[in-house]
Amino acid sequence: MFNIVVCVKAVPDPKEACNIKIDPHTKTLLRCDVPLVINPLDKNAIEAALQLKEQLDAHISVLSMGPPEAGNIVKECLALGADQGFLLCDPAFGGADAYATAFSLAKGIEKIGSYDVVVCGMASSDGSTEWVGPEIAALLNMPVVTMVREIVESDRDRWKVKASLENGYRLMQVKLPAVFTVTRDLNTPRTLSFSGIIKARKKEITQWTVSDLGVPEEAVGLKGSPTIVSQLSATESKREVEMIAGTRDEKVAQLVQKLADVGVL
Amino acid sequence: MENTPGSVWVIAEQIDCQILSVSFQLIGQARKLADALGTSVEAVFLGDHIEEQARLLIAAGADKVYLGSSAELELYQPEIYTAMIVDLAQARKPAIMLIGSTFMGRELAPLVAARLQTGLTAHCIDLVLDENKILEAKIPAYGGLLSIICPQRRPQMATIAQGVFPIPELDETRTGEIIPLDIPADIPQRIETLEVVREAADGVPLESAPVIVAGGAGAGDPEGWGRIAELAQTLKAALGCTRPAVDEGWAELETMIGQSGKVVSPELYIGVGLSGEQQHMVGITNARVMVAINNDAKSPVFEQVDYGIVDDCREFVPVLIEKIKEYYEKQVTC
Repeated sequence: MFNIVVCVKAVPDPKEACNIKIDPHTKTLLRCDVPLVINPLDKNAIEAALQLKEQLDAHISVLSMGPPEAGNIVKECLALGADQGFLLCDPAFGGADAYATAFSLAKGIEKIGSYDVVVCGMASSDGSTEWVGPEIAALLNMPVVTMVREIVESDRDRWKVKASLENGYRLMQVKLPAVFTVTRDLNTPRTLSFSGIIKARKKEITQWTVSDLGVPEEAVGLKGSPTIVSQLSATESKREVEMIAGTRDEKVAQLVQKLADVGVL
Repeated sequence: MENTPGSVWVIAEQIDCQILSVSFQLIGQARKLADALGTSVEAVFLGDHIEEQARLLIAAGADKVYLGSSAELELYQPEIYTAMIVDLAQARKPAIMLIGSTFMGRELAPLVAARLQTGLTAHCIDLVLDENKILEAKIPAYGGLLSIICPQRRPQMATIAQGVFPIPELDETRTGEIIPLDIPADIPQRIETLEVVREAADGVPLESAPVIVAGGAGAGDPEGWGRIAELAQTLKAALGCTRPAVDEGWAELETMIGQSGKVVSPELYIGVGLSGEQQHMVGITNARVMVAINNDAKSPVFEQVDYGIVDDCREFVPVLIEKIKEYYEKQVTC
């Protein structure tokens, strides 16, 4: 059996995330009720695992950390074809930075027990640090390739992958077990099927608390985070806009004149 | 020696033996931080045949360069690079470690940070010291700026995009120490960079372009994107983009402007069909003149530019291209 662990994150729907703003007076976050969805790049991670399952005799475990509602995105992954779901769910996990998140997920992966590859999206749409995948690798002492855009060879013990680089790519050879973070160029994620949703009803999601992982509370969440937010400040634009109005032709003519005045034509 | 503050480190990067501009920019900022802290700037520089280049890091402001120069280090090799930097950091205990948000930096930085069990702030747009001389790394979020600090653990680590800080003037008379590094013997070789392939970038490079046209989700489809690209071509401008344009597959990640892309300062910026998302705008705030075209009069982009036009970019841009061509023809005939 070839064992794959896919790490997924529930994020505020990126389409509505712009509604989360800082109150310039209280400097606290004004959260409208933005629904949680699966992080877009994690869909590419799940898809990579599902494609491997079609080639190899593979077993897919999905692991997430978050509030109870995050269970829904784990369920979604089960409906897509993953075999088992795990959710690290405990108020003590809250407020984690990338390091504390990677630490908790690494402990979860150890508890799942068998893993030949761990696949993560390259970054999350809300945190955008890109650190969790490689930090999991470092903490579990596994090699990692970030920003994988093509899996060239996927043998049971050795992979060859192409990873994005400035104006090109690097071809990497990796001994398994290993961690891979993937870009959207890797594949096109499939959509949910009705039969998948029916099958997922029978699949269980295992929830683990901090004590289930056997780690002290000081090692996870806000307490286990080396970095903290010290300040929130509002930014103000220094520019004053002049709107160019009129018919389309008038607007174009005025803009061309402005460009000429700026000296760029 | 107990009370000597740790030094400020920069992980310098080279491609084909040429030091990247972001590395010089970070040395410049490291110098300012180190002067304020009363400590030194030290660079770690790995590659092959780079002894001459190492002197340039001293000319830019480094006091010490830890130099690993050998054939095994020519290409970025994750396990060797990580092990060398981690070993050195454990021995020398820097206070701060800065790494460029390049493809290499974005993989290497978290590998080093996790091994050192310390904090790493991603893609900062400013670095300052607070009243306790703790590093404040600023990142844009939620319509404002967050200051991230790493109060207890060391080093305080951050990645920084190219273009955030200016390149310092090189002073060839500056002196410093170059300390050669050996490659440790016992590094696991589970991963190997077999090959690096550079594909020729087309168009004008963003970093040096006097004019930049950037497109966003408002392009609508590949055809709409093609019109924005044509506008850039007509103006001999570099073509930049926002995250949604990359997500749609219209534009390459390398052309993304913003916090996790490139920070640029052209004479003129024209933003087409983009909403003024802060993560993009922080990459372009230093442009001299900024223009935005968006079909939503309420778009936040209009609070951040000099000239705004409310129109459907898919219809506006082709007319604009025609008029610019007419203007050019008139210039030639006059």
